[in-house]
Amino acid sequence: MTRALFAVPVALFAALIVFFAYGLTQDPSRIPSILIDRPLPAFDLPGLDATSPGFGTAAFGSPAARGEPKLLNVFASWCAACPQEHPMLTRISAEGVPLFGLDWKDQPEAAKTWLAQLGNPYARIGSDPGARTGIDLGVTGVPETFVVDGRGRVRYKQIGPITADDWEKTLKPMLVRLRNEA
Amino acid sequence: MAGEIGHFALILALMLALTQSVVPMIGASRNDPALMAAGRAAATLQALFVLAAFAALAFAFVRTDFSLEVVAQHTHSTQPLIYRFAGTWGNHEGSMLLWVLILSVFGAAIALFGDNLRTTFQARVLSIQGMIGTAFIVFLLFTSNPFARLSPAPIDGAELNPLLQDPGLVIHPPLLYLGYVGFSVAFAFAVAALIEGRVDAAWARWVRPWVLAAWTCLTAGIALGSFWAYYELGWGGWWFWDPVENASLMPWLMGTALLHSALVLERRGALVSWTILLGILTFSLSLIGTFLVRSGILTSVHSFAVDPRRGIFILAIIIGSTGAALALFAWRAPAMKSGALFSGVSREAGLTLNNLFLMAATAVVFLGTFYPVIMEAVSKDKISVGPPYYALTFVPIMTPLLVLVVFGPMLTWKRDALGDLVRRLRGPLIVTVIAFVAAVAIFGRTNVLAAAGMALAVWLVVGAGAVLARRWRIGGGFLRSVRTTPTSTYGLVLAHAGLGVLVAGISAMTAWQSSKIVLMHPGQTLTIGREEVTLRSIREATGPNYAALVAGFTFTRDGVSRPMTSERRFYPSSRSQTTEAGIEKRFLGNTYVAVGEPDKTGGIVVRLYDHPLVGWIWGGAVLMAMGGCASLADRRFRLGAAKAAAGIPGGRLVPA
Repeated sequence: MTRALFAVPVALFAALIVFFAYGLTQDPSRIPSILIDRPLPAFDLPGLDATSPGFGTAAFGSPAARGEPKLLNVFASWCAACPQEHPMLTRISAEGVPLFGLDWKDQPEAAKTWLAQLGNPYARIGSDPGARTGIDLGVTGVPETFVVDGRGRVRYKQIGPITADDWEKTLKPMLVRLRNEA
Repeated sequence: MAGEIGHFALILALMLALTQSVVPMIGASRNDPALMAAGRAAATLQALFVLAAFAALAFAFVRTDFSLEVVAQHTHSTQPLIYRFAGTWGNHEGSMLLWVLILSVFGAAIALFGDNLRTTFQARVLSIQGMIGTAFIVFLLFTSNPFARLSPAPIDGAELNPLLQDPGLVIHPPLLYLGYVGFSVAFAFAVAALIEGRVDAAWARWVRPWVLAAWTCLTAGIALGSFWAYYELGWGGWWFWDPVENASLMPWLMGTALLHSALVLERRGALVSWTILLGILTFSLSLIGTFLVRSGILTSVHSFAVDPRRGIFILAIIIGSTGAALALFAWRAPAMKSGALFSGVSREAGLTLNNLFLMAATAVVFLGTFYPVIMEAVSKDKISVGPPYYALTFVPIMTPLLVLVVFGPMLTWKRDALGDLVRRLRGPLIVTVIAFVAAVAIFGRTNVLAAAGMALAVWLVVGAGAVLARRWRIGGGFLRSVRTTPTSTYGLVLAHAGLGVLVAGISAMTAWQSSKIVLMHPGQTLTIGREEVTLRSIREATGPNYAALVAGFTFTRDGVSRPMTSERRFYPSSRSQTTEAGIEKRFLGNTYVAVGEPDKTGGIVVRLYDHPLVGWIWGGAVLMAMGGCASLADRRFRLGAAKAAAGIPGGRLVPA
């Protein structure tokens, strides 16, 4: 009995080490989205100007009206990493994937100029200058990309620019799987 | 050139550390005086070589040798000399080298001044110190070499983080490290005792000064860090429950427990294995603190070396030291002679209770600090805990402990009667009740908690004074008893009273601090607390390596005016900004002003705080550290240790 008592510290320590070792493999800057496997929060955003339509939650389908899986990309004209991600988005769009853009904390005019220079890969753009929708979505920075399935549920969140590797190994296979899932 | 000299010195130090970890251990088991003497020589030489390496690095920093990578990353040629020098430990590599330096100097001290230790015991302690040293020098050389060269060398370096360019931060890390590493001696003593399978009062007498010294340095280091955060970060707070603050608080709490349990062991021969366990855990918490800051396992404002490879290495060191020591503890401690019995009401029992509370408090802080790591492993959620958690857990554990503090020194050893104890404490008890009633009367019923905090402070201070009063009353003749009172008693009184002062400061700050954040224009006046604050002017100024926006204020209280400035500094080479708060320091509280962004209309954002008794927080900590110094100065440590050595047949063998 007493002997066992003396072994308690080393046993507790061993358990602790397991946690530490696990913690080391995790990236502390990675903040998972709480929206995973939940429906997109309701929103309805205007477009960049009166002539271009925005989009709302309805565009992503619902359990009743099932649609295609889609990507929702958060961008801004002031964001430094967005031009770097832009060619990748153009490629994704060219492959026929429906890509929606959320212009976050940005002036619509500035975003229009920015897209005019680089080209517009988005099917629709919603303007969110006050970041109200951004807060609902839990946007922590730009760029970020949500994968939304045909029922309108968030299935994945990419933080930071999409690299060719991310697209080939993670996002594209996931979209194929989600399409088949339906 | 200095870089290469330093690098070679560090490699030689590694060889010596290896020698120091192996040779004396063999010498002790064979009882070979020559091998044990070799261990002492290795320890001394190792300290010299690490010192040489450190001096070489400091030289490179002062001379701004940008061909060294760390220098190029942490020093700019415009930085003042003192901050170029302090830059030596203002980065991961250099601070680890400082860590190793302190460790090796302590090792040398045990080798040179440990004459009164049993020779085999001394050899084993040195060997364990050598192992820790080896691990850390390997860590330095292979994952964080401070002497790595850059080619081509840049023309100028990046700047030392401007927040660290402050006199407080020049001595804060060395003080903390003296504390952390000082506990390594207690660890080595504990492990050596487990290997030898014997612990006695003499062991406690040897280890106590080391623990006291480490505890004193850590107390001062934490207080300084807190004070620095208060005036430099510009948030007006003094403690943020940041993981790194907790990393220093945990060894402090555990070290405090160790200090008291070692006292019981020294005086009464009780709590043997408990004290050994505390010796192991205190240093382990220091190591875990290092792991925390440098592995990137938790994000914190202090993490200046986030690198998983280093994290894995430090984790390996923790497993090798703490894991091995605890396993050894599980194996050897049950066989160790448990000490004298004591009754439920006795000083031993009081100090045991103190230990349990401190242990619980440490556990609570530990859990709060590592909650995000544990939760993420269990549930994949990212959750961290903040001040509300500590208010609900840490405070309720510490409050009864603080009440108990006064009982400890008033209890007699071995056996005491509750009735006698209450009679002895009648004075402090009456004063405290009066203080509480008066506080409620003055501050009103809505401030009952604050009044209770103040009463607790009074209880601690008066209770500490009662220890002296009792001592002086018993020993015949006032003057004679004042002279014969051991310094360690004054140490106890200072430390416990300091705790009271600290509690008063915390209570007042928690209950009554107030703040205002406003946009002010020159000429405008605001009132905070009893202070009238007028913004006089906003002008630009330049320092040696920064440009500043200086806001001039006038503080007026009771018709007396004093000028005050707060600055917003911009360091162009690192493109970063710092705030220099303007603080009017008074005995009964500070008025704190910090400026933020200027706006287009010629105004500036000003944060004003009224901080009642805030200085008492650090004042209390300083008193505690002074208490530690006073106890260290006690003659008993020298006399007692010398007597113990004389008692050992043969004494120390003469080195070959």
